[in-house]
This record gives sequence, C-alpha cells and structure tokens, in this order.
Amino acid sequence: MAKIKLDNIRHSYYPNPSSDDDFALKRVHFDWDDGGAYALLGPSGCGKTTLLNIISGLLEPSHGKLLFDETEVTSLSPSERNIAQVFQFPVIYDTMTVYDNLAFPLRNRGVDEARIDVKVREISSMLEIDDLLQTKAAGLSPDNKQKISLGRGLVREDVNVIMFDEPLTVIDPHLKWKLRSKLKELHQKVKTTMIYVTHDQTEALTFADQVVVMNFGQVLQVGTPDALFERPEHTFVGHFIGSPGMNVLPVEIVDGQVSLGGHVVEVSSPLVEAEGKSLEIGVRPEFVRISEQGIPATVVNVMDVGRHKVLQTIVGTQKVFAVLNEDQPVPEGSTYLSFDKPQTRLYKDGWLVDLTYEYEVL
Amino acid sequence: MKLKSLAPILYIIFLMLPIYWLLSMSFKTTNEILSGFSFFPQEWTLENYAVIFNDPTWYWGYINSTTYVLINTVISLCVALPAAYAFSRYRFMGDKHLFFWLLTNRMAPPAVFALPFFQLYSAVGLFDTHIAVALAHCLFNIPLAVWILEGFMKSIPKELDETAYVDGYSFPRFFVTIFMPNIKAGIGVAAFFCFMFSWVELLLAKTLTSIDAKPIAATMTKTASSAGYELGLLAAAGCLTIIPGAIVVYFVRNHIAKGFAMGRV
Amino acid sequence: MKTENPRAWLLVLPVILLVAFNALIPLMTVVNYSVQETFGNNVFFWQGVDWFEQVLHSERFHDALGRQFLFTGIILAVEIPLGVAIALAMPRKGIWVPVCLILMSLPLLIPWNVVGAMWNIFTLPDIGLMGYGLNWLGIDYNMTQSPLAAWVTLIIMDVWHWTSLVVLLSYAGLVSIPDAYYQAAEIDGASKWSVFRYIQLPKMKQVLMIAILLRFMDSFMIYTEPFVLTGGGPGNSTTLLSIDLVKVALGQFDLGPAAAMSLIYFAITLLVSWVFYTIMNKDVKE
Repeated sequence: MAKIKLDNIRHSYYPNPSSDDDFALKRVHFDWDDGGAYALLGPSGCGKTTLLNIISGLLEPSHGKLLFDETEVTSLSPSERNIAQVFQFPVIYDTMTVYDNLAFPLRNRGVDEARIDVKVREISSMLEIDDLLQTKAAGLSPDNKQKISLGRGLVREDVNVIMFDEPLTVIDPHLKWKLRSKLKELHQKVKTTMIYVTHDQTEALTFADQVVVMNFGQVLQVGTPDALFERPEHTFVGHFIGSPGMNVLPVEIVDGQVSLGGHVVEVSSPLVEAEGKSLEIGVRPEFVRISEQGIPATVVNVMDVGRHKVLQTIVGTQKVFAVLNEDQPVPEGSTYLSFDKPQTRLYKDGWLVDLTYEYEVL
Repeated sequence: MKLKSLAPILYIIFLMLPIYWLLSMSFKTTNEILSGFSFFPQEWTLENYAVIFNDPTWYWGYINSTTYVLINTVISLCVALPAAYAFSRYRFMGDKHLFFWLLTNRMAPPAVFALPFFQLYSAVGLFDTHIAVALAHCLFNIPLAVWILEGFMKSIPKELDETAYVDGYSFPRFFVTIFMPNIKAGIGVAAFFCFMFSWVELLLAKTLTSIDAKPIAATMTKTASSAGYELGLLAAAGCLTIIPGAIVVYFVRNHIAKGFAMGRV
Repeated sequence: MKTENPRAWLLVLPVILLVAFNALIPLMTVVNYSVQETFGNNVFFWQGVDWFEQVLHSERFHDALGRQFLFTGIILAVEIPLGVAIALAMPRKGIWVPVCLILMSLPLLIPWNVVGAMWNIFTLPDIGLMGYGLNWLGIDYNMTQSPLAAWVTLIIMDVWHWTSLVVLLSYAGLVSIPDAYYQAAEIDGASKWSVFRYIQLPKMKQVLMIAILLRFMDSFMIYTEPFVLTGGGPGNSTTLLSIDLVKVALGQFDLGPAAAMSLIYFAITLLVSWVFYTIMNKDVKE
C-alpha cells in the first residue's frame, strides 16, 4: 500500500512533440491517497488510459516523475511496482483452472504452495467463486472471468494499487450492478487503493469516494460526487456529470453586471474581465426556476422522467434545461426563467472564476 | 539490432539462396555454367529468356497454366461460397460426415489417381483442355476453400443475416451485397490458396494434357530430359514460374497475417 | 447456435457433385483394379483380396511405408518447432512485416517440379552453390552417391519449401492475441516461458493443428519434389510411398497391386487425419 504521487507528468506518443496538442497528457500533477476508492472519469480519448498505463508501468511518461510513497518508480517495470490491473476485456489463462489462474501471480513470485492455497481460498470465498475453483477457466461467463482477473490482483499481498480499466464493458447490464457493489464491498474489506476508469458517470459516482474528471489530456477536477455536482470547477465537468448536464450559456459583462442577451443575471462568482477569453455562466437545470419575469424563454419540449419533469426551452439561440417537480404546472409557449443566484457561477475560458480568483488571492 | 530479429533474417537468407542461385544461373551462358563454379554471372546474358519468349511451346506453357489456374480459382470459389455458408449456418443431415468426406479428398495421393483421372477425362472428351485441369484441381481446392471460408463465416454474427432478411433482402442479394463484403479477407485468402495449389501442382496437370493445354512446368520437364542439359534455359523458365505467385502474394499481403488464421483464433 | 435446415443441402450440392465426379469415379476405378488381374487388352479376371494380401506382406511395401513415416516424422519434428520459433521472433508491426511475409511465402508458390529442379541445380557438386560450398568446406557431399546425403538434402528441401506455411499460420495466431494479455502477464510477473506456455501456445493451438494436419497430409503424399530431386535413389534409399506406387503402376504396369497399395496408403492417411480432425474439433467444443 502506498500513496501515489504524479509529479508533473506529461506524455506524448510523438518522439518530438511541438505543441500542446501533441500531448496525450498535457500536465497531471496530483496525489492519490493510500486506501482511497477513486474513479477516473472522462470521455473516450481524454487520456485516462494513458494515465492508467503510466501508473501501472506499461508506459513510461515522456516528462515528469511517478512516486510510490516518495520512492521514484517512473522507470520500473509493472511487476516491480507491485500493482494489479483488470482490463476492459477479461484476461484469463484459458488452459489453466480457476485455481491455477488465481495462484499464477503468487507462483511467479515463488510463494510457497501452502501459503498460496490459503490466499487462493480466501480470495475465492470473497469473490464467491469457491465452487468454480477446479473448472477450466476457458468456458466461464464474462462476469466470472472478470472476477478471476480481479482475483489475480487481490491475491497478492501488499499490492500498491488495483486499477480497473472499464472492467464492466462486456458484462450484462443486470450483473453490472452486482459486480460493482461487490467491488465496493471488497474495497472496504481490503482497503487497497483502487482506481476505476470509466466513461460512465453512474459507475464512477456509485463506486468512488473521490472522482477524478479528465478531458483534453488534463485533470479538470478532483472531488467527491457531491462536490462535482454542486460546484463544477470546469464547464465540462458540469456538462458531463448530471442528467441533463449543467446549462452553459455565453455571457458578457456590461456596466459591471453579467448580461445574458441583454438580461441581467446575478451570479455568486466575482466578476472578471473577459480579456479576449470566453465568458460563460453555468447553472444546473435543478436551479432553473419558472417565474413571472426575468429571462424570456420559449418552451419546446417536456420529458417526464418519473420523479420530475425536464423542461427544454430556448433562450435566444441557446438550449436551456429546467427541472420541474412532478406537481409543478408546466408552462407552454413563452415564459420567463430565473436562476438561483448561489448556484449560478461564472466561467472564464471554461474554468470557474472563483478558482482563478482564489489563486490570485493566494 | 536485437538478437531476436536475427532468426527471421537468417531464415529469409536461407529461403533466398536457392532462388538466387536459380536466378543467377538463368543469366549465365551455357558455356559459363558448364565451365565451372561462379557466384555471379561473369557474362550477363538474356539469351535464355529470349528463347522462352520467342518459342511458342514455351510461352504457351505459361498461358495454359495461367488459364487453368484462373478457371479453377473461379470455379472453386463460386461453389465453395454457398457450401461454406451452409456449413457455417445450418445443421442438416450428414453435415459433419460430409465435411470430413470433403477433407479426405485432400488426402488422396494424386499419384494414385493419375491413371483413373486420365481415363475419366478421356471418356468425357475433355482430355487436353484447360477445363479438364481446372476441374481436376477442384478435387483438392474446393475442400480447402470450403474449410477456409467456413472459418471466416463462423466469425460473422448470425444477427447480420437475420437483420438483412427482416429488411426484406432475398438470399442471393443479401449474400452478394452484404455477406461477401464482410468476408473479403476470407475470400482473398481462399483465392490465394486455390491459386497456389493449382499453380504448383503438376502431376494431374501433366496427366490430363498433351499439347493444347500443356502447363509450363511440364514443358520444363520435357526440356530437361529431351534437349540435354540446358540448365540456363531451365533456370530461366523456373524463375518465370515464380513471378505469378509473387504477384498474387503481393495483392494479399495485408490479409496474410490475419487471414492465414482462417478465422480460427 | 446453428439452425436445422434440410434445404441447406441445396447450397452444398454443387460442391458434392464436382468433388464426387473427381473423387468417387476414380476411386471406384482404383477399387475395381485392386480386385482384378489384367493381362492387357482390357481383359480382367476377378482376383479378390489377393493383391491386398500380397501388398501387405511385401517387404518392398513395408520398406517404402517405413521410409515414408520416417520422412514425415522428421519433417514435422523440424518444421513445426522451427516455424513457431520464427513466428515468435518476427516483428508484430512495422514496414518489415509485409516484406517478411511476402519473401517467406515465395517458396510456397513455386511449382513443385521447379522446386525439385531448383534444388537439383543448387546441390550439384561441381556448379551448385550448396554442393560446391559443402565440398569446399571439406565435407564430402554427393547425393547421387550417398543415401545419407540424399536424405539430408530431401529434408532440407522440404524444410525450405514448407516451413513458411507453419510460420504464416503461427504468426496469424500470434497477432490475434490482444495486447492486454501481454500486459496482464507482465503485471502478474510471468516469465517469458510462462507467456509462451500459457498465452501464446494456447492461442496458436488451433492454427497449429491446421498446420500439422496440412503438413502431414501433404508430406505423406509427396511425390514430385523427391522424384525430380533424387528419383528415389541412390538405390531405393529415398523411394517414398508415392514414388514406389508410380514405379509399380506405370513402370511395371502392375495395375492390381498398385491399386491395392494405393487404397491401403489412402486408408492410412485417412486414419491419421481423422484422429487429428477429431482432436481438433474436440478442442473447439471445450
């Protein structure tokens, strides 16, 4: 077990990167605390697999250092780092039995058979695959295969971190939920650092204590699921998390006030100058209200999603979503919207203004 | 350079040496060949090639071989495609036995069947025609083509067929416009194998022809035995037989790596 | 799952007709010869199973069969491991892959008698590269004189001719292994041998079986190359089954014994191939 420190990691797949665009990872500088359950969330191609492979040692970063508990491991091989990884598609050794599969990492490290037997049985009972131990691994169902790949990681003592690379891709939907809660339960039992890579926000938010949101080759925000929801530090985070995602609307500063198409909007963030960058406000549909006056909008669609209704409106040329309670009357045609001030924030160049402000103060 | 890459390099050198020797021999004069050992041709000559390109018995050999090989490849693929589809998609009476029976025909030693083949094709009046050789080579090429194609077709999900039928495609139209493009690589590899085995086979081809459809390889044997020891000419003719194969393999080069697995990995 | 469909027969019918025309009629002719005696002029006498008994008890057949099994055994033992080793050492991607594959395929695409002729020229003691080279190194090499030299040449020729087939098939199996398998093995701390034994070999198994089956069938009925290379000599030392058969059938025109011999020969091939085929299909089901 160890604290994992990513020290100014940059990576490019080109030998001579010339601009920032050539980097798959632009700059990642961040610590993973020992024993945490992390999710690494982001759309396909955002750099999450690259980051994962750098931690596991399958890839050496072109810049920066990787430390496990202050020991540098940047150029160590995966087996020397003492880590485990579960891949998108279950990797099992077809010709071996389930037992031998689980014992394989220990045998490779020369652990004695008695000890192996204890560990294998401990893990198999944890994963509830005791009755499968003597069967050939080849014919198993995908979820059992994935359990075995996971078991091969768990069976080793003092693994520094277990990483999951979209492990539920090939699992049937009704088993996904089961396997995920199993993972969560296992984490509480073994207390090993776990990093769970996914592009599915439900998977990330239900599994992790801390979610790391990535896009464009950088980490956008690290926080608890609640923090990500309530205070997105980047418009992408707001947009990506939540259903529907945060409304992001371009604004201008006119006479010291935020103006959305000529209408004044009150925001909780300090005001800043655009300085040629884009200025936007972000407000979640949950904090958009129907009111008597305010911002004129046209209702285009209503979707009933059970507990509440999602209202789709047009403000100027922008789509704005609002969440209504079930019992609330649904307006038709033209109406007015207002945004809750404490939950309406200003973003400059995609980033939350409070942040830059905080940094400036510091 | 890594030590590991030494093995393929040494192997390729081993493969190329006899071919180089044939090539170098084909550019030597008969005098030079008979006068003793020389690693490079001392006096380059194209005379051997000139003889082949000017003598109809020689160049017709190439035309004949190419003709029956192409006919055979087309016939084999045309009948093997629907059959492979049946084996990959349906269960029917005797399917397993049939499949093995087809395979057994690859095991029949052609040396054994040469004489009966001669009698059979003489009886149906096809002796010494291209079609006779093309049909005879079907004996071992069709089973192989069915086998290869079946492997590829198995890896195509059945849902593809079902969706197409739901969309109102007829079987022939579905097969040609949807299914065949999906197994392009398989068809390429099957064609490659048919071409290869038909091109390299000599015994049946020689037995079933005398003058009009005589294959190049047979012309060579005759030269070797009748016209004395014209090694240069023989070498030149041999070199020319390598070219069609090289062309075919060039076309399928991108499919070789995956295609040779015949959909069975 | 496959569906039951009797009409599938219609799709298979063209294949059956074509192959039956080529296989059954000649086979029946051979069976016919094998139970009759002829003195020419198309006059035949019923002979029963005499020819079979005669062939099965003839020392000549035993010798040829023994040589055949020895030959097939040796070339399988050399070509399969060699082919696998070369496939393992080949690059997985890059511009050299197609170059390697094309060059390696070349021997497969040369007509068989040209292969024989090529090696004949290559091994000539006075003007062949290999023959001259070996003698220059002080090794007394002449395959028209020494049975051992003839055998070695025959085997090297077959290795030259066919190892590429094994390489290509194994390579196809290897490139189909997803990277994650190698990564998982690395993380599990597997040795190179373990990676081969538990990942590469199992994935290659299917195609290797095909390679072994094809190499067995083709090497067992090899005729053209050794006929052109050695003509079965010196003496009878390289007279393999097919060569012996043609000698009996066409050389001595003993159609009956030749036919009986062919059928026995065919039966042996069939039996061994059937065993392979069954093992192969059993593995697929597992």
